[in-house]
Amino acid sequence: MMEVSGLRKAYGDHTVLDGIDLTVPTGTVYALLGPNGAGKTTTVNICSTLLTADDGEVRVAGHDVRRESDAVRRTIGLTGQFSAIDELLTGRENLRLMADLAHLDRATAKASVDALLARLDLVDAADRRAQTYSGGMKRRLDLAMTLIARPRLIFLDEPTTGLDPRSRRELWSIVREQVADGVTVLLTTQYLEEADALADRVAVLDGGRLVAEGTPAELKRQVPGGHVQVEFTDGRSERLASDGSVASLRKILDGLDDSEVAGVTVETADLDDVFLALTGHPTTDATTEEKEVLA
Amino acid sequence: MSTTYAVRDSVTMLRRNLLHWVRYPSLAIMLVAQPILFLLLFVYVFGGTMGAGLPGAPTGADRTDYLEYITPGILIMAVASVALGTAISVAMDMTGGIIARFRTMDIAKVSVLTGHVLGAVLKSLVAVVVTLGFAVLLGYRSDASVGEWLAAFGLIVLLTFALTWLTVGMGLAADSVETASNTPMFLVLLPFISSGFVPTDEMPWGLRHFAENQPFTPMIDSLRALTSGHSPGNDLWLAIGWAVLIAALGYLWSRRLFTKVPAR
Repeated sequence: MMEVSGLRKAYGDHTVLDGIDLTVPTGTVYALLGPNGAGKTTTVNICSTLLTADDGEVRVAGHDVRRESDAVRRTIGLTGQFSAIDELLTGRENLRLMADLAHLDRATAKASVDALLARLDLVDAADRRAQTYSGGMKRRLDLAMTLIARPRLIFLDEPTTGLDPRSRRELWSIVREQVADGVTVLLTTQYLEEADALADRVAVLDGGRLVAEGTPAELKRQVPGGHVQVEFTDGRSERLASDGSVASLRKILDGLDDSEVAGVTVETADLDDVFLALTGHPTTDATTEEKEVLA
Repeated sequence: MSTTYAVRDSVTMLRRNLLHWVRYPSLAIMLVAQPILFLLLFVYVFGGTMGAGLPGAPTGADRTDYLEYITPGILIMAVASVALGTAISVAMDMTGGIIARFRTMDIAKVSVLTGHVLGAVLKSLVAVVVTLGFAVLLGYRSDASVGEWLAAFGLIVLLTFALTWLTVGMGLAADSVETASNTPMFLVLLPFISSGFVPTDEMPWGLRHFAENQPFTPMIDSLRALTSGHSPGNDLWLAIGWAVLIAALGYLWSRRLFTKVPAR
């Protein structure tokens, strides 16, 4: 569905993308995993015709994004990081606007609007201004506006950032339905859990480079599992390596004295663990935060 | 090609633009109220004295004569005021997330802007009619024929196109909505330094030179001639020339800014 090769982009001296190659097969979910500033959004913006690359090539359904941008735009849909809804219009009017811009005929437009409002649980709020929607509702409307033109490739740029767990799960199930219909999804996320739950393949981005690529299972094998955090009654705490298996947990617990332990927490691998394992340094986010604290 | 949908997409965007006016009426009311406030101020505060001071005014000329003198200038101010609103709504679009959506859809790109332009023309006509209605309430009467009024409205529409494409460019160039609401302010103030409120003959040399040669003066003079049933003569061609020039430059500037503005 999409082939990316040798993608480069820089702003002045600052290199944002330093040679990215990706192949996204039709009907799959492909996740770009990485911290802020890794180049995820820049990649999405180039692939969705918003930005032009300095070098490299992107083909969507066989069309070059730069030379055949109209053909690419007929194929894709984008739900960006920034809310792309019209807050002064109602949910229904927003969808109708998109249906008209997708050049659907009147009857199809009305049917699609009603179907999407129902599917995304927005019927009760359909005739209220989008301004009054909660964060989760705005995100669902945003996604509905992308879906109305029936795109074959959907870009989701951090679709669940800032959402509560329930809204996040709802959004995941909508994405799965789309994929079941044969739609291809390119997703960016900061959450390992999200990439794991949705993606067929994951590419890990760091500083504008791909540092790892594979199925979620392949990636997790490269990560040294999680750990067990033990809090002792005297205030000490200890971090013990564990792969999360029952055997390893039993071994740890067997070695502990009941009366000395205040609490035990099992931590699974998170993005920081992945980064530490793959790049040898924590997420750049954490580094910036540390710098800010020092300054 | 996406240009086949230029008309359809422009109409869609126009509908969105007009819905915004219905949903956010305070901006609209403020922009229409501005010229009306100036009209009231000039007619009731300055009108008595100014009317008597108009060149060639008969003895006993009063604020009604002044009302007749300034109404064309006030109408132009109404158009400039709506144009200011256009800069604001364009900037709101460009700094919001929805523009990324429009840019990744297979639509006629120009429709994002033409929606604003067509909307501004309709709004200007509403603003002009409302302002004119107020002037009539205050005692404004016209000797002009229907044909002359039609010509006057034609000129107003042409001027609206010109100022709107200019303010679309200002909205695109602005990096924030605040900037977009400040840069076009001069359009509302320029009519004061023209033949709109006092004859230019009385002004000091430098100012008079500017006032006589700035684009608003032939526009206001033509409008004044048309609405009082006189022939505007050369002023009309000068006004049309200025409007076409400003519209063309504004359009080219806007198009250039719109195609190069990068995504956030």
